[in-house]
Amino acid sequence: MSHLLEVNDLEVKFGLRQGDLTAINGISFNLDKGERMGLVGESGAGKSVTGFAIINLISKPGFISGGRVIFNGQDLAALSEEAMREIRGNHISMIFQDPMMTLNPVLTIGTQMVETLQAHRRITRPEAEAIALEKLKKVQIPSPEKRLAQYPHEFSGGMRQRIVIAIALITDPEIIIADEPTTALDVTIQAEIMDLLQQLCESEDTGLILITHDLGVVSQVTEKIAVMYAGKIVESGLTDRVVNNPKHPYTQGLIKALPGSLQPGARLNQIPGMMPTLTDIPPGCAFNPRCPLCETICRNQEPPFIPVDHLTRMVACHMVKPDPSMGTR
Amino acid sequence: MTTEQPNQMKTDENGLLALKQVVKHFDISGGLLDRLRLEKGKLRHRRTTVKAVNNVSFTIAPGETFSVVGESGCGKSTLARTTLGIYPPNSGRILYRGERIDNKNGQQMLPFRRKMQMIFQDPYASLNPRKTVMQTLEEPVVFHNPSISADQVKDRVAAVMSQVGVDPKWAARYPHEFSGGQRQRISIARALMVDPEFIVADEPVSALDVSIQAQILNLLMDAQAQRGLTYMFITHDLSVVEHISNRVAVMYLGTLCELSPAKSLFESPRHPYTQALLSAIPKLGRKKSGHVKLKGEVPTPINLPGGCVFHGRCIYANPRCAEEVPEARTVENKVIVACHAVEEARI
Repeated sequence: MSHLLEVNDLEVKFGLRQGDLTAINGISFNLDKGERMGLVGESGAGKSVTGFAIINLISKPGFISGGRVIFNGQDLAALSEEAMREIRGNHISMIFQDPMMTLNPVLTIGTQMVETLQAHRRITRPEAEAIALEKLKKVQIPSPEKRLAQYPHEFSGGMRQRIVIAIALITDPEIIIADEPTTALDVTIQAEIMDLLQQLCESEDTGLILITHDLGVVSQVTEKIAVMYAGKIVESGLTDRVVNNPKHPYTQGLIKALPGSLQPGARLNQIPGMMPTLTDIPPGCAFNPRCPLCETICRNQEPPFIPVDHLTRMVACHMVKPDPSMGTR
Repeated sequence: MTTEQPNQMKTDENGLLALKQVVKHFDISGGLLDRLRLEKGKLRHRRTTVKAVNNVSFTIAPGETFSVVGESGCGKSTLARTTLGIYPPNSGRILYRGERIDNKNGQQMLPFRRKMQMIFQDPYASLNPRKTVMQTLEEPVVFHNPSISADQVKDRVAAVMSQVGVDPKWAARYPHEFSGGQRQRISIARALMVDPEFIVADEPVSALDVSIQAQILNLLMDAQAQRGLTYMFITHDLSVVEHISNRVAVMYLGTLCELSPAKSLFESPRHPYTQALLSAIPKLGRKKSGHVKLKGEVPTPINLPGGCVFHGRCIYANPRCAEEVPEARTVENKVIVACHAVEEARI
């Protein structure tokens, strides 16, 4: 069965004077139509670079050095810039963290929405405006007719992010990549925006890749999850299962480090040390210096990313043994 | 530290620190021409003020962790700075161990400054990039004890550095050589250098990753246990608040809505705004959020709504809420709520 989006062994490097720096080191995942997936990890884990790599937006000195991104049977990593423009924003759109940076401050919302549509379709301005209006209603902006003629600074942060979502949806894409869409927003606004995003993805059957550091948000919105550490996926599976029963020591540490899982006032479980910088990733498993289960093999040999149960769970750790019923591997 | 302990006064009902009806407004009206308006054919002189903190009162007991929560723009950082005397309040009183500190001049404030320290949010912005860790850490000690010997200073720096988990042999390094989490440790060390009693921490872990955040929160809790510190913790992250606080104050548009012991606030929030805020926290493994939806948006603190500041967005609002400012009342054991609906037992 082929998936809507298949990322196979994707590798992204940044060419520096001292040599190439590997930002993404062979990651694989897939997304079906209407599926919502969370990509979580700490800063520098490579989540955002993965998002950019999917739509081939890695800018110099970065480049995709290996692997494939197959969308509807086409390899996006090998597509020409012109052909890519047909996909980007049309079939796959992206939402960024800061809505004020995404929107052009000197153009009205209406113009920006119409521009997006006209870039992808042969369509007259009145037709485009009608679609823009319909999308603004969908993201629940009050009095949308009036709002179309306004500039970004006339909106609040939450409203701006709604507009960004409306623009992302305007071409009816199959996949939305949302990179920390609510990190800049307050918690009550965040809850509204996440509800809206989830609801729209459900009603339009749009796939969602939600990039965030917030495990709480991911567990509310997504069906599956991939946890990244130092440029690799260390664990993936169904969100419920991974969050409630993490297998990789890093995922376990991350979840235990959240306040709220413990009695108030108790010491939090901390992961010692910090994530290695890309220039000095330790040999073997990248997590080994911080891992409580580390053994000799972890320092010498990179763990394979293998399925460990029948429920699509995959883990890259020497210490996690596959479910016995999985047979010998 | 050797010098005299500042007035070991009774910590009576005023606690360690007390705010009484503190008001802080900022005049943003600009130059004369900006202040002139044409109204009904007449030229009028109008001032524009941001009403950041309005009539806030509370007491912090020694040794407790007192958290202030609220969304951006609710005045929590202004409250923190006003508490420390960085901003003079427009009216109201601030008492430290029963002594008024809001009307003191710089010289008179000095002994209090040593007892009250602050930790900031962004460890990249709060450390001077041109000073080594040693220079950053020794400055407050030398400033407050000019007679201290160089060896003593060095020993103190080393002791505090090891307490916060930064190797003392890195004292000669500059901030850019450290990661975000380590910089925040250095910021904490700077606050601890003068042996304070009271620390205001303004979003100390918001800029950090989850695994580092846990390290810093543990460090803050350890320092409190070892030194008997009192914290005023400003944050928007409610799960952090639930974990570390004894009491929590919820602010909305510069006003205190609710002040409760942390346990009862998170178990049974009383104020409608607190209820909405708590229901919006994304929790692990909790599927559909089902949060309380607030209508409308936060009004600006320039044109504060009349009556209860929350009435425009509150589902329980009635005509009285639009007219009359609700008073903060103790509804039961240590739970203080400012809401007409709670007072009238409508919720």
